[in-house]
Amino acid sequence: MAIDNETIRHVAHLARIDLQAKELERLHVQLHEILGFIDKISNLNIEDVLPASHILPISNVLREDIPHTSLTPERALENAPSKKGNFFSVPKIIE
Amino acid sequence: MTAHELLVRLKSGSVASEAVQEALYARIEKVDSKINAYVRRADFRKNDAVNKKQGLLFSLPVTVKDNICTEGLNTECCSKILAGFCPPYEATVISKLKKAGAEIFPLKANMDEFAFGSSTENSCFGPTHNPWNLGCVPGGSSGGSAAAVAADEAIWALGSDTGGSIRQPASFCGVVGLKPTYGRVSRFGLIAFASSLDQIGPITKDVEDAAILTQAISGYDPNDSTSVDQDVPDYLKSLTKDIKGLRVGIPKEYFVEGMDSEVKSVIEQAVNKLKTLGASVKEVSLPHTEYAVPVYYIIATAEASSNLARFDGVQYGYRAKSDNLIEMYKRTRAEGFGDEAKRRIILGTFALSHGYYDAYYLRALKVRTLIKQDFDRVFAEFDCIAAPTSPTPAFKLGERASEPLKMYLSDIYTISVNLAGIPAISIPCGFTKDKLPVGLQIMAGSFNEEMLFRVAHTFEQNTEWHKIKSSL
Repeated sequence: MAIDNETIRHVAHLARIDLQAKELERLHVQLHEILGFIDKISNLNIEDVLPASHILPISNVLREDIPHTSLTPERALENAPSKKGNFFSVPKIIE
Repeated sequence: MTAHELLVRLKSGSVASEAVQEALYARIEKVDSKINAYVRRADFRKNDAVNKKQGLLFSLPVTVKDNICTEGLNTECCSKILAGFCPPYEATVISKLKKAGAEIFPLKANMDEFAFGSSTENSCFGPTHNPWNLGCVPGGSSGGSAAAVAADEAIWALGSDTGGSIRQPASFCGVVGLKPTYGRVSRFGLIAFASSLDQIGPITKDVEDAAILTQAISGYDPNDSTSVDQDVPDYLKSLTKDIKGLRVGIPKEYFVEGMDSEVKSVIEQAVNKLKTLGASVKEVSLPHTEYAVPVYYIIATAEASSNLARFDGVQYGYRAKSDNLIEMYKRTRAEGFGDEAKRRIILGTFALSHGYYDAYYLRALKVRTLIKQDFDRVFAEFDCIAAPTSPTPAFKLGERASEPLKMYLSDIYTISVNLAGIPAISIPCGFTKDKLPVGLQIMAGSFNEEMLFRVAHTFEQNTEWHKIKSSL
C-alpha cells in the first residue's frame, strides 16, 4: 500500500509528534519501503483464521477487590517536570 | 569467572563480596571507555558499603538493563525523553533478586532507545562496541548487558527480549542468553515496548548461570496480569548432561538465502555435535516463517505506539517549553524521541488508524495464529528445535544504521519465538574466520525451559566455545 506525505503528516499529528520537513521526506522513503515489505502478508488466505489476541489461554484476569496502599502523592510527583501542590501542572487548556 | 563458581567461593569465604564489586569497578575503569556497556558512568558515585546478604545469591551483583525499574537508581531507557527519571518503585524481578540475596549493580546497561533496535546504536548515550571487535556492534537491544558479560564487566545480567533483544546480542558477543516463555517472568516494572511480546531474561557466561538466574526471577506476580500461576521447576535438575534419544527438529526455512556461509557451516557443525551426543535430528518445516518479520513490525509497532503515548512531558522526564498543551506534547516528543522511536510510533499509529486497521493490525494477528500453529505442530513430534540465532555474525557499526528494513531483517530467526510466546536460548557454538562468535538457538514448547537448559548445557559441557574469551 502506498503512503503519501499527507497521511504521514496526519498520523504524526495523531501520535503527537512534530515532524521537520526533512524528517517527513526521509520517513516517506523509509515507510514506503517498510510497508512494501509488510504487504507480503496480504497474499495469505486467512479468512477462517482467528486473530491471536492473546498468546496464552488466560482471560479476564481480575484482582481481588481489596483496598491496598499505593504511591503517595509526593512519591508520584517526584519526577514531574512541573507541579503545583498535589497536582501535575500543564500549560493552560481553557482560554 | 561464572556466577556459580563465585558463589562457591563466596559461601566458603575464600572470596569476599567487596572484592567482587571492586574487581568489577576496576575492570569497568579499564575497558568501558572502549566498550560503553554502561551508561551515566560520569555521574556515578560508588557505594562502598556492600550490604552483606546471605540467601542463595550471596550479595553477587546483577547488572540490569536501563529499561527495568530500579528504585532510587535512574532508569531512562537510554532515551532523552526519560532523562532524569528515577523510579519511585521497583520491578518485580528486582525485588525477587534482592530477596534471593543478590545485589543490584548500581550502573545500568546500555540499550537501543526503548529497546528499538538490533545494534545498540539507537542509544542517546552512544553505541556499545562489541568486545570481540570494537568496530562491530554488540547486537541489540540488550547490547550493553551482553557486552558487559562478555568483557567481564559484569558477572551476569538481565536483558529484555521482544523480538530477539536478548538472544541476538548474546550470539554476537559469545555469551548465553535466554528468553523465557511469555508469562513465566513478571513484566511489572519493565518499561513496556510491546506488551504481548516482551519478556525479561538472563544473559550469562554459561548455561548453569542462566538456569540459576532464570530460577530467581521466574514465577507468578499479581502485579502482572499476564504472568502465569504455574510452579517454577528446579532448573538445576535439568542440567543432566544427557540428550540421548531427544528428537531435535531443524527448520528448513531457516537455512535459506541471506544466511552468511560461515554461520551456516558453524551451525551445521553444531547440529552434528548434537547428533554425536545421541540426539535424533530431523528436518522440520515452519511454513509461515517468511511472514514473521512483517507481522512483528505491525504488532510490535502498534503496541509500542500505544505504550509510548505516556511519554508526553507531563508526569516524568523531558518537557519542551510551550504555552499550548498540544504544542507542548508535540515538541516534547519531537525533541525527546530518537529517529527509530519516531519511526516505530508513526508506523504503529498508522497500522492502528482508521481505514488501515483491518489490512494491517487485524491481519497480522491472524498470521500470528498461523505462526503459533506451525510451532504447535512441530512440538507435537519433537522435543526441541535447533537453529541459528542470527543469519550473520556481528556487523560493522553504522553499516545498517540508515537502512531500517535491513536492520529489521537481522531479527529474522528470533522474532517467531516471541510471536509464538515460546522460550528459546542462544549459546556460543563457534566462530567465524574473523573471530566473531556465532550463536546456536534452541527453542522448546511453552513452559519447557527445562528442555532448553538440558540441551544447551549438554552441548556446552561437550564443547569449549564458552571458555574462549575476547582478547580485549
